[in-house]
Amino acid sequence: MSNYSVEAISLIKVFGRRLIFNNINFTFESNGIFGIAGSNGSGKSTLVKIIAGIISPSSGKIIHKCDNEEILPEKLHNHIGFVSPYLVLYDEFTAWENLVYFSEIRGFQLNKDRVNYLLEKFLLINRKDDLVKTYSSGMKQRLKFIFALAHSPELLILDEPTSNLDSEGKEKVYTILKKEAETSIVIIASNEETDLEICASKLELEQYKKISNSRIRGEIVR
Amino acid sequence: MSVKAYSLFRKDFHSELRTRYAVNSLVMFIIVAISVILFSIGTEKISQSLTAGLFWVVIFFSAMSGLARAFVSEEERGTTMTLHLIASPSTIYSGKLLFNLILVFMMNIVIALLYSAFFDAFIIKNFLLFVVTFILGNVGLAVSSTIIAAIIAKAGSKGTLYPVLSFPILLPLILLVVQLTLNSLDGTSFEQSVFELAMVVCYDVIMLAASYMLFDFVWKD
Amino acid sequence: MAWKIFLFLLLSFVSVAGIAFPIVENPIHWYQFPLIRGLEQNAKIIFFHVPTAWLTVIAFLMSTIYSVKYLKNKNLDDDAKSYAAAQLGMIFCVLATITGAVWAKFAWGSYWSWDPRQTSIFALLLIYGAWFALRSSLESEEKRATLSAVYSVIAFLTVPFFIFIMPRIMKGLHPGSADDTNAGPVVNFKMNGNMQLIFFLSLFGFTILYFWMWNIGYKSLIYKDRINKIYTRG
Repeated sequence: MSNYSVEAISLIKVFGRRLIFNNINFTFESNGIFGIAGSNGSGKSTLVKIIAGIISPSSGKIIHKCDNEEILPEKLHNHIGFVSPYLVLYDEFTAWENLVYFSEIRGFQLNKDRVNYLLEKFLLINRKDDLVKTYSSGMKQRLKFIFALAHSPELLILDEPTSNLDSEGKEKVYTILKKEAETSIVIIASNEETDLEICASKLELEQYKKISNSRIRGEIVR
Repeated sequence: MSVKAYSLFRKDFHSELRTRYAVNSLVMFIIVAISVILFSIGTEKISQSLTAGLFWVVIFFSAMSGLARAFVSEEERGTTMTLHLIASPSTIYSGKLLFNLILVFMMNIVIALLYSAFFDAFIIKNFLLFVVTFILGNVGLAVSSTIIAAIIAKAGSKGTLYPVLSFPILLPLILLVVQLTLNSLDGTSFEQSVFELAMVVCYDVIMLAASYMLFDFVWKD
Repeated sequence: MAWKIFLFLLLSFVSVAGIAFPIVENPIHWYQFPLIRGLEQNAKIIFFHVPTAWLTVIAFLMSTIYSVKYLKNKNLDDDAKSYAAAQLGMIFCVLATITGAVWAKFAWGSYWSWDPRQTSIFALLLIYGAWFALRSSLESEEKRATLSAVYSVIAFLTVPFFIFIMPRIMKGLHPGSADDTNAGPVVNFKMNGNMQLIFFLSLFGFTILYFWMWNIGYKSLIYKDRINKIYTRG
């Protein structure tokens, strides 16, 4: 059970003149699976990228805390595991080499036992020394999971986690996510019913698209 | 932090060894650039000052050809987000700077050797001065080129924009090192070149400090 | 309103005085300027060339300052102010380069001789050009503001180098220029009282003109932006 929490305060995101979402507030703590639901193009990927610290909100804050101390943005990356359809791994390297480099760049020696365990769990152990270039999309998706889990993050963020997976793959993922949720926070952004079923609570992105709130006028139209 | 940056450098270096994108085109560019100059000159004898200038011209354009790749390739392949997830901005910058530094040195040693072979006036009388100029100038070139590469990686029309943005920033450095190279060719003493050398050191230090501080803004979306 | 009329009168006076007042050997009347060796009739350009060069530097400084403010506060209004300053700076830079080249032709015999000041103003022109090229290649307004702000700061840091190294380097390479460190006569020594007065009035007038144009420029950018945003978001 980690003492991790992530809090969103009045998050607003605007791209040029398009409002993506307005005034999102939430707090996720210690462990469990939380969902972010919305149709295609509703801004789910944008929201999870903001939570992961990859892009900045137009207004508002996102605060990550571990043991009640706020984590600085530069140090955030080792606390987070991120899976997304937009994530790309280096296809000129093998799966193993990718994982070794990622670990070293993060600043740890590769935890060989953990990585081998994950490779077995995700059925990639036989292909770990093959170039990622030769992987199918389902295999790449599974490798992304290993990338997200290898450093045992306190916060796991998943954007469309079961895309490119067959039903057997999906079941495996749900089992693993439920296990992870016992000790870490898992956030799933998806429009798949089966994905959202395993979530304890859900945030519906459609509810945050109104701009009639005069506060947002003041905020964006300075 | 430096171990992490070094690992990033090793990843880039390893990737380069596997794919050979940069090295092939860069070597060809250097050969073509020098050939163009040699053909244009023909049998004319060119002065030492012109040779010194042309030396850094080829270096500048070769740098423009090869140094943007560190950031542009990540952006084009979509692996920028991956880097975001594994390293802090200062680690990224350090790793990429190290890669460009090694690239600049390797590239410029080749250029220097080719110049010694093909240009009559390129005879170095003050070798110590040349080496010091070479090292300090390459560092400045790498530092400035790397931060500008980070900027243009996020823009459109990257290829043409890179020299346009880099030249004004590199101009003070180029003026200094051309003068220093000329000094080393015609045998001016080290003592007489101290002012220019001090200026190059200042340039290197200031650009390095500024790059580190500004990189965060460039990197974070 | 009153100060605008005042400004108009001031600049009109300066322009007329600068162009029309005759230059004679031994000035007697208040409207006559002394003859400066080497410049003779061309001295009048000093009333227009120096202010443009002065303003392009001021504009560059202001553009960089507002860039730094933007980086700290992320307020797009600061980006608009920086942009408005750079627009004016670019115009004045072109004017300064041209008036300088014209002056150079008469004073030294050729339009361009890589004199330190000439090279510096040319380098500034390149910096402005690069800055606008960068901005036009970026779609997202936040990215545009951030990256051009970073470039402003980097470019600003190279300016001291030009000031220090130019005279040393250029003298060695290009011994052509007469009094090589100055693009023109020293203001204090060779001008007499009323010439100095016209000169400083010109400087003052153009500076106020600049701030006025900058004010209008950045406000129109901000309003245009806000109208667009209200209009499309209801």
